[in-house]
Amino acid sequence: MPDLGKYADTVLSAYAISIAILIGLVALSFWQSRQARARLTEIEARRNTAKSG
Amino acid sequence: MSIWEYANPTRFMHTSGKLLPLVTVLSLAFLLVGLVWGFFFTPDDYRQGSTVKIIYLHVPSAFLAINAWLMMLVTSLIWLIRRHHVSALAAKAAAPIGLAMTLIALITGAIWGQPMWGTYWAWDPRLTSFLILFLFYLGYMALWAAIENPDTAADLTSVLCLVGSVFALLSRYAVNFWNQGLHQGASLSLDKEENVADVFYLPLLVSIAGFVLLFIALVLLRTRTEIRIRRAGALISRERLS
Repeated sequence: MPDLGKYADTVLSAYAISIAILIGLVALSFWQSRQARARLTEIEARRNTAKSG
Repeated sequence: MSIWEYANPTRFMHTSGKLLPLVTVLSLAFLLVGLVWGFFFTPDDYRQGSTVKIIYLHVPSAFLAINAWLMMLVTSLIWLIRRHHVSALAAKAAAPIGLAMTLIALITGAIWGQPMWGTYWAWDPRLTSFLILFLFYLGYMALWAAIENPDTAADLTSVLCLVGSVFALLSRYAVNFWNQGLHQGASLSLDKEENVADVFYLPLLVSIAGFVLLFIALVLLRTRTEIRIRRAGALISRERLS
């Protein structure tokens, strides 16, 4: 860890908050993507069953 | 090959599916290199001390906050003129990313401002423009959520995007228009005299590249999600009709 001197709290809090926001954004995006894909797969499977049935 | 081919959702899904893993890996690589280089391997500034290390988050996020809105402007105009749904969905997909970038820029700016300026906030032209841009992002997302018909939502949010573009541009150029306020001028410029010192400049460029690639990866991912949501909605409507 570099010696941040008297601004250590300032710099580390900026990095912590920013990285938390970025991780949250990425996690949310992946989660929403998986939800949408699962839902579409389910609807298409139901549609294919209805067509073939 | 024409870019308008990607107005076709199937074509877009096919190409974006191939691009996404590569762009994701590149963004992680550039982000890691840029932030690690900047945080661990750059010296303190003679005036700002170690707070200069915040530049590797603040400048890239501010850069993207403005350019995400401009990307939304272009895609919104394409929707209004050519009625390409993928374009409208890309604008919708970009908004939360732009919002997050604006938030990072505002928070890191406030944290940096306290030791440098003695205040977390000032009604400086650039800061005020950025706050208004943040509110426009919120309003844009709220408007999409509030309107049931997706085409109507796309129309109204496109108009909002046109209006909000004034503040996106002001956020970048306010320092030039109003020769007052706390915030400094450009950290990066085609006029090399205005740039930060070289020792900070290169890791900053790498960090910016990482943020840009992250933005591209997330826009691709989120647009694919919106396309799937739209398709699911269309299939459910057909089920109900039949």
